[in-house]
Amino acid sequence: MNTKVLVAPSPHVHSGDSIQKNMYGVVFAMLPALVFSFVYFGMGAIIVTLTAVASCYLFEFLISKYLLKKVPTITDGSALITGILLAFNVPANLPIWIILIGALVAIGIGKMTFGGLGNNVFNPALVGRVFLLISFPVQMTSWPKPLGFDTAYFDAQTGATPLALIKEGLKKGEPLSQLMHDVPGNMDLLMGNMGGSMGEVAGIALLLGLAYMLFKKIITWHIPVAVLGTVAVFSGILHMSNPEAYAGPLFHILTGGLLLGAIFMATDYVTSPMSNKGMIIYGIGIGLLTVIIRVFGAYPEGVSFAILIMNAFVPLINVYVKPKRFGEKRK
Amino acid sequence: MLKTFSLGGIHPAENKLSASSAIQVLPIPETVSIPISQHIGAPATPVVKKNDEVKVGQLIAKSSGFVSANIHSSVSGTVFKVDDIMDASGFRRTSIIIKVDGDEWMETIDRSEDLVKEISAGKEEIIKKIAEAGIVGLGGATFPAHVKLSVPPGKTAEVLIINAVECEPYLTSDHRVMLEKGDEVLVGTQILMKALGVDRAIVGIENNKPDAIAHLTKLAGNYKGIEICPLKTQYPQGGEKQLISATIKREIPSGALPIEVGAVVQNVGTALAVYEAVQKNKPLFERVATITGKSLKNPSNWKFRIGTPVKDLIDAAGGLPEDTGKIVGGGPMMGKALTTVDVPLTKGSSGLLLLPREEAVRKESKPCIRCGKCVSVCPMGLEPFLLMVLADKKAYERLESDAVMDCIECGSCSFTCPANRPLLDYIRLGKGKVGQIMRSRK
Amino acid sequence: MSIIVITILALCAIGVTAAIILFFVAQKFKVYEDPRIDEVEEALPAANCGGCGYPGCRGFAEALVKADNIDNFLCPVGGAPVMSHVGAILGHEVKAAEPTVAVLRCNGTCENRPKTNQYDGAPSCTIAASLYSGETGCQFGCLGLGECVDACNFDAMYMDKETGLPVIIEDKCVSCGACVKACPNHIIELRKKGPKSRRVFVSCVNKDKGAIAKKACDVACIGCGKCVKECPFDAITLENNLAYIDYNKCKLCRKCVIVCPTNAIHELNFPPRKEKPTEKPTAASVKPVAAPKAEVKAEEAPKIEPTANDDTTENK
Repeated sequence: MNTKVLVAPSPHVHSGDSIQKNMYGVVFAMLPALVFSFVYFGMGAIIVTLTAVASCYLFEFLISKYLLKKVPTITDGSALITGILLAFNVPANLPIWIILIGALVAIGIGKMTFGGLGNNVFNPALVGRVFLLISFPVQMTSWPKPLGFDTAYFDAQTGATPLALIKEGLKKGEPLSQLMHDVPGNMDLLMGNMGGSMGEVAGIALLLGLAYMLFKKIITWHIPVAVLGTVAVFSGILHMSNPEAYAGPLFHILTGGLLLGAIFMATDYVTSPMSNKGMIIYGIGIGLLTVIIRVFGAYPEGVSFAILIMNAFVPLINVYVKPKRFGEKRK
Repeated sequence: MLKTFSLGGIHPAENKLSASSAIQVLPIPETVSIPISQHIGAPATPVVKKNDEVKVGQLIAKSSGFVSANIHSSVSGTVFKVDDIMDASGFRRTSIIIKVDGDEWMETIDRSEDLVKEISAGKEEIIKKIAEAGIVGLGGATFPAHVKLSVPPGKTAEVLIINAVECEPYLTSDHRVMLEKGDEVLVGTQILMKALGVDRAIVGIENNKPDAIAHLTKLAGNYKGIEICPLKTQYPQGGEKQLISATIKREIPSGALPIEVGAVVQNVGTALAVYEAVQKNKPLFERVATITGKSLKNPSNWKFRIGTPVKDLIDAAGGLPEDTGKIVGGGPMMGKALTTVDVPLTKGSSGLLLLPREEAVRKESKPCIRCGKCVSVCPMGLEPFLLMVLADKKAYERLESDAVMDCIECGSCSFTCPANRPLLDYIRLGKGKVGQIMRSRK
Repeated sequence: MSIIVITILALCAIGVTAAIILFFVAQKFKVYEDPRIDEVEEALPAANCGGCGYPGCRGFAEALVKADNIDNFLCPVGGAPVMSHVGAILGHEVKAAEPTVAVLRCNGTCENRPKTNQYDGAPSCTIAASLYSGETGCQFGCLGLGECVDACNFDAMYMDKETGLPVIIEDKCVSCGACVKACPNHIIELRKKGPKSRRVFVSCVNKDKGAIAKKACDVACIGCGKCVKECPFDAITLENNLAYIDYNKCKLCRKCVIVCPTNAIHELNFPPRKEKPTEKPTAASVKPVAAPKAEVKAEEAPKIEPTANDDTTENK
């Protein structure tokens, strides 16, 4: 039977690119940040990551097999990304049962309800994260301090994130210049020497991941640059208008998971626009919303919300922002 | 920074296996089957019948309209029958089958190898000769050449662009023609310039053929008005619109022809055929094709008589490899898969590619992950992922408004898609349907 | 206390004012709609299949009410009973239309019609049909990618994995014609259902010359014209090497079935023939086909019968 020639419409060759290659490329790019989080948060980070990944895989398998009655597609690596991102977005000492709920929400509500990979409107990991943040505010905001490799899981020392410190301080009416002494310096922020969720602390590792993904052409520069640029410009304007009330751009970029969001979560294929122009609009939207939420909102941290809100606009962006067509008249 | 076209593009593995193999002459087969429809446009009308004696170069089917082309016998012998046979199009179509007897050429054809530089024919005469010789675009699209040369009233041609890009992976026939028939190609270019009344011609060559660039640049010094333009290797640069964008930085508006921006594009092989037709009185009945494939014993370039079975070409290059999964007429990106090795080679056969089964078989199509890679590689700035869905859902009005008719069917989207989605299959389907609707509206 | 009273009174006043405004607005912008449209729509099967050629049952109902004469209208799903009901509502006389059913005119199973190549493109008949002549030597027959099955809104079709051909489940088929439109090779035809679902038809659409058709498919119509000569009712025409039985003229005598040298003519739902074993070889021996081949045909004949019977058992 195998001797018959194949007939198909052109093209007859393929680049060899696959969903798996892209997904595992993203996972590879996340490894530096993962290693940093293991070093900083020790055993807790390992337990949280393993639980999140395993439960994401499990839920995706169960839901696609028994609810959607499809052949499970867990080998494509998307559940792995969701699991790691979910772990990156929670404190390293989060109880296991809360992680399980987070994974169920992320996969069950964030992804499979829409029909699985490729159809979800919102970034699944962020859906899980925000659900947990709203449902378990205490556990979700008691950040363990990065004390180097520590085998303790539950009794780690906890502390606030730099953004939360500033927000609390400003509420009390303390001047910013005073508060800035209490938070780590820029170099510490870059190296991850601050309180925060597992994956967000090590800026340098995240940037390494970005460089890898750009090099491998897994993502394009448009979204990260638009997000970070907008945050820098917007917070810079605010800072210049009143340095005592608003923190500087570098501080905003290095804290609160902005790098994590801009590099790994806003760039999620499924929930970001298709055209380059659209990506830039989407990135600017995320940047603006992030600063607005951080500076004027009730939460100290706004990246997750900003990305989720902009996710909702993606279908609209896709409809109205078209790529430039060949031969189109330039104005 | 080398020139290239403005939007999208990909760079598939080049695999130019036969680039160093000189053009050989394929033996004349015992029978040839010459389809009467080897070009875009109306099929030619046969003017011979069973048992007629024909000579090499004799007209056997006459052009049946403006957009049509004459067809000449490629052999001498007896017409065996005029019948429907399976041809490279994948359908059974009318062909003239000739039993070969000797190799007697028409007396009018100048068979000498001497280079005739002097162009004695006038503008009208050149176009008439090209039409009579049945010359079509030899790059693969097979659009009758004289139609392109007849500039519609109100438009003026400013520049002739010679397509020597050969952006399809594997194919090397144009490359070899440039190296071995450089002078003929350039004289052909001058003839085309004269026919169009332009004094400037640009030969676009991708820089993966440095020897051809060097050779032609050296020769071009002897010919007035011909520039050699090296281009960055990028698929689909051989597309008419892309080549114009790459060489003269002008973009043809949607739905318009190259003449809109003052350009006329002809393939390098066509230039050679034009030289032979005008200077040597030789109609188009043979051409050069590449036979190639990773498992093939001897990837090479051959000059063959039109109507020769594909099988003969394969045998000449060392026989069909065991693992062959797909026989592609043309290049891997835009070629057509053949159903058997018995189909005849035609004017449009620029190559024959034997793909190993493993490489040829398509992988399972997965759901779209909306990565947008198809959008970024599309040289026409379309949204293939969207067009595929619209075509599948039969939303023809939206397909039209999303410019499905701009698609040049280069296959960059399907090539790139990480989910292996058959994007172009559906877009082509939608294009066909929308085209029907648009024609019925007129 | 007074606050409560005032609140209640105020709300009542707002309510009454709003009601009055709404009443007048409703009067002002009332759109008149023929009440019969609703009635007719009620009578229709609400399948919204579009088989009638109108956008859904509502669209069909509107067209029916507008029309002076509904003879040319037919709801393929509901058939004659529904149309007579609609006629009663609208006060028209309705002639009973013959019920029809979708019939697959190709028997190119994997066995009868060997594959010569393997299609590897997108799984759509239309795409395959526009690309080339198909996986077999026959360029007219079923492509086997199931676009008709996808088009069927009534679960009346499925792809038979053994044969590679679609199967129409007669009892479920409402003859809406969706599959007929979906098939790029125009293999499926709506034919008169016939008494007790008995039908005789040419199960082939191959217009190639006999030799080519026969080479491509064992059961192709080779255009020999025997059936045309045999038919006492002039129901069979031969055009482009292909026989076609006009179902309005066919009297179901089945003589053509016997003479067909390639078994391309099918009979459905007939009781088994008594004299078959004797008659078949005689019919076969008349054929110019070589004798051993004819025997093979005779052996094959009963094979086709059971498939026909299978259809009926499936229906029950």
